[in-house]
Amino acid sequence: MLTELSGGAIAAVAVLGVLAAAGGIAVFVVDSMARATFALLASFLAVAGMLLVLDLTYLAVITALMMTMEMAVMAVFMIMFMMNPAGLMPMTMVHNTRGSAAVGVGAFAVLVVGIWTVDWPTRDGEPPADPTRQLGEAIMGSHMLVMLVVGIGLFATILAGTVLATARGRYDRFGADLKASRPDDPVPGGLPR
Amino acid sequence: MSAELVLQIVLTVAAGLIGVGLFGALSQQSIVMVMMGLELVLGGVLVAGGAAWFFLAPELPDAQMLVVLALVVMAVEMAMGFAVTIAIYRTRQVDMVDMATDLRG
Amino acid sequence: MIETATLAAAWGLVPAVVAVVATGLLLGLVVAVIDQTVLTGGGAGSGLSPLREGTRLLLEQRRTTLAPDALLWRTGVIAVPVLALLSLAVVPIGEPTLWSTSADLVWFNAMEALLWAAVWLVGWGPNAVHALTGGYRFLAQGLAYELPLMFALITVGLGAGSLRSTDIVAAQDDLWFVVTMPVAFVVFLAGAAAFSFWGPFAAPVGADVAGGVSSELSGVDRLLVQIGRAVFLGASAAMAAALFLGAGAGPVLPGPVWHLLKTLAVVVALIWVGRRLPVLRPDRTVEIGWMVLVPLTLLQTLVVAVLVLTDFYG
Repeated sequence: MLTELSGGAIAAVAVLGVLAAAGGIAVFVVDSMARATFALLASFLAVAGMLLVLDLTYLAVITALMMTMEMAVMAVFMIMFMMNPAGLMPMTMVHNTRGSAAVGVGAFAVLVVGIWTVDWPTRDGEPPADPTRQLGEAIMGSHMLVMLVVGIGLFATILAGTVLATARGRYDRFGADLKASRPDDPVPGGLPR
Repeated sequence: MSAELVLQIVLTVAAGLIGVGLFGALSQQSIVMVMMGLELVLGGVLVAGGAAWFFLAPELPDAQMLVVLALVVMAVEMAMGFAVTIAIYRTRQVDMVDMATDLRG
Repeated sequence: MIETATLAAAWGLVPAVVAVVATGLLLGLVVAVIDQTVLTGGGAGSGLSPLREGTRLLLEQRRTTLAPDALLWRTGVIAVPVLALLSLAVVPIGEPTLWSTSADLVWFNAMEALLWAAVWLVGWGPNAVHALTGGYRFLAQGLAYELPLMFALITVGLGAGSLRSTDIVAAQDDLWFVVTMPVAFVVFLAGAAAFSFWGPFAAPVGADVAGGVSSELSGVDRLLVQIGRAVFLGASAAMAAALFLGAGAGPVLPGPVWHLLKTLAVVVALIWVGRRLPVLRPDRTVEIGWMVLVPLTLLQTLVVAVLVLTDFYG
């Protein structure tokens, strides 16, 4: 059976796959934290490119969009927490390298053996005319429950994240008796109140 | 080139990302770097999900939903990871996993 | 695959890409000229001065800083204009777009998100404090404008029932979307100004941080970033004309001319208003964005959703 993928598309998938893996490796090789973050972004953009070749336009573009924002925020945290963000003074911050490498290589080996020995089923059906519409209809129809749970999960994440990250509560902002007319915030914010 | 071969190549890439990510998540000391390793693992899941949809069952939206779910997990992981990092740094100026081993329980 | 007429299909890939790049650069030049005219009140030289300035920058010798991260710096500098041109790929030029995907709106949004990384890199690269401050300011503003901008785009997609630009243009045959989506229109234009860090959102290149992200840029680098900002502004104006003002819809004149006229009108309005507003402090933008604009755009989406349910858009 021949794929619908043209030769160019197969080549693109292969090149992007190599780029994705190379970017992933570069994350843990480079000294500069900024470079590590953007190596990870490069890896994700290659992943997005692979999804694009596989006809999943919406998921590809949303991956690129989300990962870019994540990495931009990640870069801020990197600079904030790392002792050596620019890698001007190389240092290693690793533990148990040998064991980790064994686990990583082991997982890869097990997966690869599985991938190349399993008798894969042949393709069931044809891709729809518009994969984006297929996903949208699944989210709003047959798989709505998944999205409902995801929504609740994300909402819980917003609340939990804010609670964990902030050290100030309403008593810090409005005083012990909560009677202050203006909140006492370190950053005044944009709205007049 | 047969479809199966291309599928296997794409899945190998996914396995590579998962392997590299696992290595990073286990070997890095900085919490932020650990998170980057986990992100790579999830990146592998994205690739595998996309490949499963295109090569195995394009008529069903399930594999697409899996990719969406992996993206959501990434977002949650990042948000909670940063929140925990800020919380632990705020209380004891710690940004490395080795300094928080007492949280092992 | 739905067969949709794209520029790439009609003219071949290479001529189509060249045409889009040329259109983008022309749009950028138009933006720069109008900007100069509004600033100086339209002197004789204002039409030429962007060209003169561009040539000067081309010939200028590049200066550098101590221990810059050259790789990331160059990447960011090149990415800014490239992303601007890529965002133009899903904007209808004449009738068709360069390429048509089932998620054009998200594509446009993603190019603008990639700009976060690019601008931050331009700030990070030179190893200079003012530049990095500018990069951080851009991210802070990004957090503020991104959600309202996304909701504005979603509203358009909702009204048209499609994320494809050409479908959205077709859905406005009877009524321009700006009539039922005024909030989304204004938020989109504000977002455009914000991701071009221009006008009231120019804090990332503010004078108080000696030019911010652009403080250490010189020669070709500065030219590329300036071109990128101008093209982004022009592409956003063209996108606004396509999403909200019916693109080529209009009497007598052919469609592309109408689209061009509407784009120019949006550019002029944007610059005329933007140049009259003070620069917003970046620490003030998030609260305005999340407390005012997010609820407003959500309401706007709700209104459009109800209209869709009543078959208002046909």
